[in-house]
Amino acid sequence: MPDLLPALPEIFVLTLACAVLLVEAYTKNGYWSYALTQLTLLGAAVLTVFTTSADTVYAFNGLFVDDLMGDVLKLMTYLAAIVSVVYSRTYLTDRGMFRGEYFALLLFAVLGMMVMISAAHFLSLYLGLELLSLSLYAMVALQRDSKVATEAAMKYFVLGALASGLLLYGMSLIYGLTGSLHLAEVAATVDFRNQTVLAFGLVFLLAGLGFKLGAAPFHMWVPDIYHGAPTAVTLFLGSVPKLAAFAFVMRLLVDGLHPAVGDWQQMLAVMAVVSLVVGNLAAIVQTNIKRMLAYSTIAHMGFLLLGVLSGSYAGYSAAMFYVVTYVLMSLGAFGMVVYLSRGGFEAERVDDFRGLNATHPWLAAVMAMMMLSMAGLPPFLGFYAKLTVLQALVGAGWLWLAVVAVLMSLIGAYYYLRVVKVMYFDAPHAEPLVPATAAGDVRALLSLNGAAVLLLGILPQPLITLCAYAIQASFR
Amino acid sequence: MDFTSLVFYLFSAILVVAGLRVVTARNPVHSALALVLAFFTGACLWMLLEAEFLAITLVLVYVGAVMVLFLFVVMMLDINIEEMRRGFWDYLPLAALVAVLMAIEMITVLAGERFGLAPPSPKPADYSNTRELGLLIYTDYVYAFELAAVILLVAIVAAIALTLRRRPGRKSVDPAEQVKVRRADRVRLVSLKPQKAEAREEEA
Amino acid sequence: MEFFQELLGPAWTPVWTLAKIVAIVAPLMIGVAYLTYAERRIIGFMQVRLGCNRVGPFGLLQPIADGLKLMFKEIVIPTGASRGLYILAPVLAMAPALAAWAVIPFTDTLVLANIDAGLLYIMAVTSMGVYGVVLAGWASNSKYAFLGSMRSAAQIVSYEIAMGFALVGVLMSAQSLNLVDIVNGQKGEWGMLEWYFLPLFPLFLVYLISGVAELNRAPFDVAEGESEIVAGFHVDYSGMAFAIFFLAEYANMILVATLTSLLFLGGWLSPVPFLPDGFHWLAAKIAFVLFLFLWFRATFPRYRYDQIMRLGWKVFIPVTLVWLVLMGAVMQTPLGYLFH
Repeated sequence: MPDLLPALPEIFVLTLACAVLLVEAYTKNGYWSYALTQLTLLGAAVLTVFTTSADTVYAFNGLFVDDLMGDVLKLMTYLAAIVSVVYSRTYLTDRGMFRGEYFALLLFAVLGMMVMISAAHFLSLYLGLELLSLSLYAMVALQRDSKVATEAAMKYFVLGALASGLLLYGMSLIYGLTGSLHLAEVAATVDFRNQTVLAFGLVFLLAGLGFKLGAAPFHMWVPDIYHGAPTAVTLFLGSVPKLAAFAFVMRLLVDGLHPAVGDWQQMLAVMAVVSLVVGNLAAIVQTNIKRMLAYSTIAHMGFLLLGVLSGSYAGYSAAMFYVVTYVLMSLGAFGMVVYLSRGGFEAERVDDFRGLNATHPWLAAVMAMMMLSMAGLPPFLGFYAKLTVLQALVGAGWLWLAVVAVLMSLIGAYYYLRVVKVMYFDAPHAEPLVPATAAGDVRALLSLNGAAVLLLGILPQPLITLCAYAIQASFR
Repeated sequence: MDFTSLVFYLFSAILVVAGLRVVTARNPVHSALALVLAFFTGACLWMLLEAEFLAITLVLVYVGAVMVLFLFVVMMLDINIEEMRRGFWDYLPLAALVAVLMAIEMITVLAGERFGLAPPSPKPADYSNTRELGLLIYTDYVYAFELAAVILLVAIVAAIALTLRRRPGRKSVDPAEQVKVRRADRVRLVSLKPQKAEAREEEA
Repeated sequence: MEFFQELLGPAWTPVWTLAKIVAIVAPLMIGVAYLTYAERRIIGFMQVRLGCNRVGPFGLLQPIADGLKLMFKEIVIPTGASRGLYILAPVLAMAPALAAWAVIPFTDTLVLANIDAGLLYIMAVTSMGVYGVVLAGWASNSKYAFLGSMRSAAQIVSYEIAMGFALVGVLMSAQSLNLVDIVNGQKGEWGMLEWYFLPLFPLFLVYLISGVAELNRAPFDVAEGESEIVAGFHVDYSGMAFAIFFLAEYANMILVATLTSLLFLGGWLSPVPFLPDGFHWLAAKIAFVLFLFLWFRATFPRYRYDQIMRLGWKVFIPVTLVWLVLMGAVMQTPLGYLFH
């Protein structure tokens, strides 16, 4: 009998996701599924808190690991998923997507992320990733009559399948080299005599990772999918899975291939620089805010990789802090785009935000906070995220990378500030932008999101400490 | 060359030819059938390697189920084959170049003793591959196995969510409704009193 | 026998195997021929008619006359048909029906190939029979044939799932995929009460009915329909090409009947403890199941197509799944002996 206790949150989410399917089959009313989804995520959070400990526990014959980094990331995942579900409620209702299938798929995606976060084996890493990706493909395609969404889903699916293939190929080469699929055993037996095979496998692994993260030069799908997917789905897939992606990188490269750190640092450095350059430069010319945020995601992923590649505890915890910060900011930014959309109208052009301050100063302020935080201006949270990464980078002796990153952030600030300028200094639209049916809880949560970005920016220390502690406890 | 290697090379040759036919056949149905042959030959090769469970499962799942459905779809598609084929051979030089390059790369990396793997020792005659696989799947790898099952479930949910449309005005009848029908719902027996008896008598 | 072995030298093994194959296939073909005769006579009796009684005593030579007639008929290949596949289709229908017999045991020692994964092998081989149907429909280049083949192929694929699940129950009880072991697992001091059809009764029913559906026989014979699609997928076939489809259908009937007897009805085991086991019991059980098939045809009205699909997907598959879970749960308790 395997020890099921460490995987209790996973089992709980799986069971209730199936329950959501049944509820949908028998009630035909999206609200039940909606409520059950929120309850599931809350329940999983409670279970995760109760099973948290500073010790690392393995289960299922070493396929599953429960450590502190995993617990923190899972809690963040539930939180982000809850927030994204609340934000997208009205949007989904307007477009006939407020159905049990959406929520069931979302819960399965969350389950996939949880599996990725606590994977200790190539198999569980890969299966978690596939579970997440498959759910996301379906969610993107769920708006069946929209040509753009279908096209986006198709692109996502084909490229995602290709990336999975690359990843699997890399894994099989590493398996051939070490004779084990357990990450810990791989780390113990990585064979340096066979540099060729190791490098070959690493290239495939990192190419696959790059695709999944959306880091350049494997970023081509990101803008198209962010743009084409229904905004509510973009909100979800643009924010929550990044936590799991971070865990994926950590498990694969740090847990599994740490002895080869010299090899993957070089490759990650290239990917990070290209991502920063491509993301920030391409974002400048975008007029569609979803595409702009997509390119900004690419740039942010570059920053994330910078943290990981410094190869030190400081770097890993900086990267973790960065990813948590990024999720908070992108939830807010995409949440605002979703909030301003209504039946038949997508507030997806930058121009749609024109003069928002004149009509809705508070919403404009929240959006401005998100933009300024993404640009990395103090005193917002994004500033500290960038700062800790740069500190770790300089500490590890990658000065030139830090310089490139700062330069690119300066360029990036331009397009974030443009949104702020459009909101505050341009004349408003004749017709009111905010829908009359805007729900109160969404507005409150958006405000809270904005406040979090500001307050955590003023007092970042608890979050930074938490990340550092989690990394220390998990990668001793 | 002993008998086993002769059989191996025979099956390999069939597999390669079938694989080529999948790509080059003019008719998509022929392509699909060549794929069936390729799967079947692959299963035979696995059988040679004493992996009988995998071999039979390959036939059962891919040949017996997946390819049948695939063939269904391909048969019902109305593809303009000439249109699809136009320029097919133009890509040959480039494709061949890429293939050769990849082959060379793979050989340089994978050839020789890089992995240091020795052929496994043959198993005793009463060794049941099915039982061993079953034991592993349901004990050590139960987590991965369940996850794979969840992935399949998601695939089902996605397929149904994306394709099932309840069109209004469909005329198909739910058999459950039909079975539930009682005589009382359809027929009303009325006992009529004989009427106008005197009129009939008059006629008579 | 040793004399022949010396005479043939290294060629002995293939020749001996070939002889064994002939020894299985020849009686099978005769069985098929007389199954058609039995069908006509039995259904005739049930419908208060005479059935065929003209050729030979009691019409016993009728199957041979039919065979001769079909052999002398021309095989017409329609214009626009895909020639190669058109000829290949009947072969593909026939081959799995025969290949499955390689692992069927007739008694606990009399079996051509006693392989470990026998049940899996049978499932794999029989799942390939559908290609003959699909290809025949497509290669004929006719709408009737195509629609008929779509119908029967969809039906076969659907019922294969329920059938497979029913077999999972058998292998859970027998703890083996080997057919000889499965039959031996039903041996016991209580005779026929030990056979699997009692503990696995729902699965037995599902298997039997799915078997009928797999065979495209009445009441699931919607692949044929005089009013809509004539004779279904083989509407364009004539002569021996048609005869091979016909043979395949009846050979499959005998196969399903044999499997039902082996898996659920104790194979060659005697129903009562005091009589010896032997092949005659198996033959009697096969005959009984075949009689059931004929009886169904004479008795039941046809299902509508959507009802067939509903029965397969919404009734049988859930029933088998529930029973399997129940079985698995009970087998973990002290009551587990019920299922062994």
